[in-house]
Amino acid sequence: MDAAAQRAGGAAIRVEDLVKRFGSFTANDRLNFSVASGEIFGFLGANGAGKTTAIKILCGLSAPTSGRVEVAGYDVARYPEQVKRRIGYMSQHFSLYNDLTVYENIRLFGAIYGLSLSVIRERSDQLLRRLDLKEQRNRLLGTLSLGWKQKLAFSVAILHRPHIVFLDEPTSGVDPITRRQFWEQIYQAANEGITVFVTTHYLDEAEYCQRVSIMVEGRIAALDTPKALKEQGRSESMNEVFLKLTRPN
Amino acid sequence: MRMLLFLLQKEFLQVLRNKLFLRLLLVLPVVQLLVLVHAATMDMKNLQIVVCDLDHSPLSRRLTATLDASPFFDLLDPPPTVDEGKGALETGAADLLLVVPANFERSMQRGQVQALQLMADAINAQQAQLGYVYLQKTTAQLLSDARFETSGRAWNPAVEVTSSFWYNPELNYKYFMFPGILVILVSVVGMFLTAMNLVREKEMGTIEQMNVSPVPKPVFIAAKLLPFWFIGLMELALGLLIGRLVYGVPMVGSPLLVFGLAAVYLVALLALGLLLSSFSTSQQQVTFVSYFFLLVFILMSGIFTSAENMPEWGQRLNVINPIFYFMDIMRSILLKGAGLADLWRQAASLAALAVGLMILAVRTYRKTV
Repeated sequence: MDAAAQRAGGAAIRVEDLVKRFGSFTANDRLNFSVASGEIFGFLGANGAGKTTAIKILCGLSAPTSGRVEVAGYDVARYPEQVKRRIGYMSQHFSLYNDLTVYENIRLFGAIYGLSLSVIRERSDQLLRRLDLKEQRNRLLGTLSLGWKQKLAFSVAILHRPHIVFLDEPTSGVDPITRRQFWEQIYQAANEGITVFVTTHYLDEAEYCQRVSIMVEGRIAALDTPKALKEQGRSESMNEVFLKLTRPN
Repeated sequence: MRMLLFLLQKEFLQVLRNKLFLRLLLVLPVVQLLVLVHAATMDMKNLQIVVCDLDHSPLSRRLTATLDASPFFDLLDPPPTVDEGKGALETGAADLLLVVPANFERSMQRGQVQALQLMADAINAQQAQLGYVYLQKTTAQLLSDARFETSGRAWNPAVEVTSSFWYNPELNYKYFMFPGILVILVSVVGMFLTAMNLVREKEMGTIEQMNVSPVPKPVFIAAKLLPFWFIGLMELALGLLIGRLVYGVPMVGSPLLVFGLAAVYLVALLALGLLLSSFSTSQQQVTFVSYFFLLVFILMSGIFTSAENMPEWGQRLNVINPIFYFMDIMRSILLKGAGLADLWRQAASLAALAVGLMILAVRTYRKTV
C-alpha cells in the first residue's frame, strides 16, 4: 500500500500484477497500483495504451488473464456483483437511453441500484436543479446536446452514491466551458467522499487530479502527483511530461 | 422483482415510442393474413386441358363438353394432331393433354376395354396427380352414365369407394393454411424483434451500462423477453380475429388452450432469439442467423406438407423444432377441437424446449466481454 492510500485509511482500488492478453497481444502488462478512498486518480495514456482495457477489468466488465484486482474491498474476479453494487461507471461511448426522457433514465438506473421511488425523485430534483436541467426533465435524451448528456451521465453514474466512480474519457468532444463545469461536478463528488478514477486525453485535466498514472504500451510508466511528475521530468507542464514518456525520442 | 418491473417499463416505453414499429405490428399481420392465405392455396381449379379427339363420336364430344363444364378444367382449343397437343404441353400452355383414340365409342358399345391417354405436365407433381384423379372421376362417371343410357342397366364396378372428409368437410384449403400462416406470422415477429432488440443495445453501447450494474442475468433476460412475448400473444389474438371475420375459420377447441400453449411456445421461440443474439454483435448478423433458423423450422414444420411424410431423419430433427409442435397444436385445436389430453405430448415437448432454451439463453448471456 502506498503512502497516499495509507493516509486515506484504506484503498478503494488495489491492483496487483494485473495482466490482460488478447492472443499474443498484451494490453495490460503487470500493472500495480492502488487508489485511496476519496482520491481523484487520473489514468492517462495514449490511444491504445490499454486504459480502457484496464478500466473494464476494474469494473468487472472483463476478466483479467492473471493478477489480483480489489475494488471497494472485494475481489473483482470472485465477487463481481458485489463490486458492481458499489461502483458507478461512465463509458467512453454515451450509454444512457436516447429514446427515454431525462427523468426516465434517472428513474431506471436509480431503481436498478435499489433506490426507492421517493429517493429517486428527491435526488433527481436535486441533480436537475444543480445541472440547470429542470425544464428538460421530460425531454427525450436524444434531443439534448452532448455536453448536457455527459453531465447527466455523470450524475446518473453517482446517483446511487457509489464508493468509486469510473469515468472513461468523460470529456472527449465537449467544449471547454462544459469541461470546466464537468470538473466542478467531479470535485463535488469527491468532496462527498466518492473516489474518482478518470481517464482523459486532456493533459490540463491531469493537473486537477491528486495523483496521475501514465500508461505506455500496456505498462505504467509513471505514477505520482502532477507536481512530483513535473519535477522528476524537469517539465513545465503535464503535456511535456506526457510527451517525454510516450515519445522518448 | 421490483427491478424487473422497472426494466419492463423501460422496454415498453421504448417499444411504444417507436412509431414505425407499432405500425408494422398492426399492418404486418393484416397484410400477411389477407394475402398469403390466398397465395398459398392448393385448391385445384382451372387446370388448362387440351383434348385431342381422334374419335369424333357423340360420346367423345360429350366427354369434351363435360370437361368444359367442370370448374376444375379450362378447355383449350383442340389441336389438329397429337403432336401439336404435346407441343402445348411442352410450352406450358396446357397442364394436361387427353387423347381420345379413334373407335373409342364403338369399342365401348361392344363392351371392349377402352383406353384414354392422359399426359400431364408433372413439374408440379401435386397438380398433375390431382388433375389425373379429377379426370379419372369425370370419365368414369360419364362412361357409367352412357352405359346406363344404352343398355338400361347400371354399370357397376365391383366396389365403389366413397369418401367423407372429416374436420374440414368442404376441403377448404384456407382452413388448413390459415393456422399455418398465423403461426409463421407470430413466430417471425416474435423472434426477429426479440433478437434484434438485444443486439441493438450492443450496437448502441447501452448494454455496457447494464452490464456494469447489479442487474442479475435472469432478470435482464426476462425483461428482454416478456415485452415481445406479450406482443406475440397480441398478434395471435389479432390474427385469430382476422381469421374469424375474413375467412370464417372455425375455433372448434378452446381459445384458452390456444393461448395457454402459445404462451409456452413463445417462451421457447423468444429464448432461441435471445440465445442467437448472444452470439451476434450486429443486427445484420442476428437477422441472418434468425432467418436461417426460421426458414428451416418453418419448412420442416409441416405447414405445406405433412411432416409425417418426411424421411425418418427429418422427423427426428423435428424433435427440437418448436414450430413443428405449435403448427400441429394450432390446427388440431382450431379445426378438430383437440383438448389438452390429445396434445399433452406436444405441450410437454414445448415446455421442455422452453425451459431448456431459457436456461441456455441466461447462461450464454455474459455480463463480461
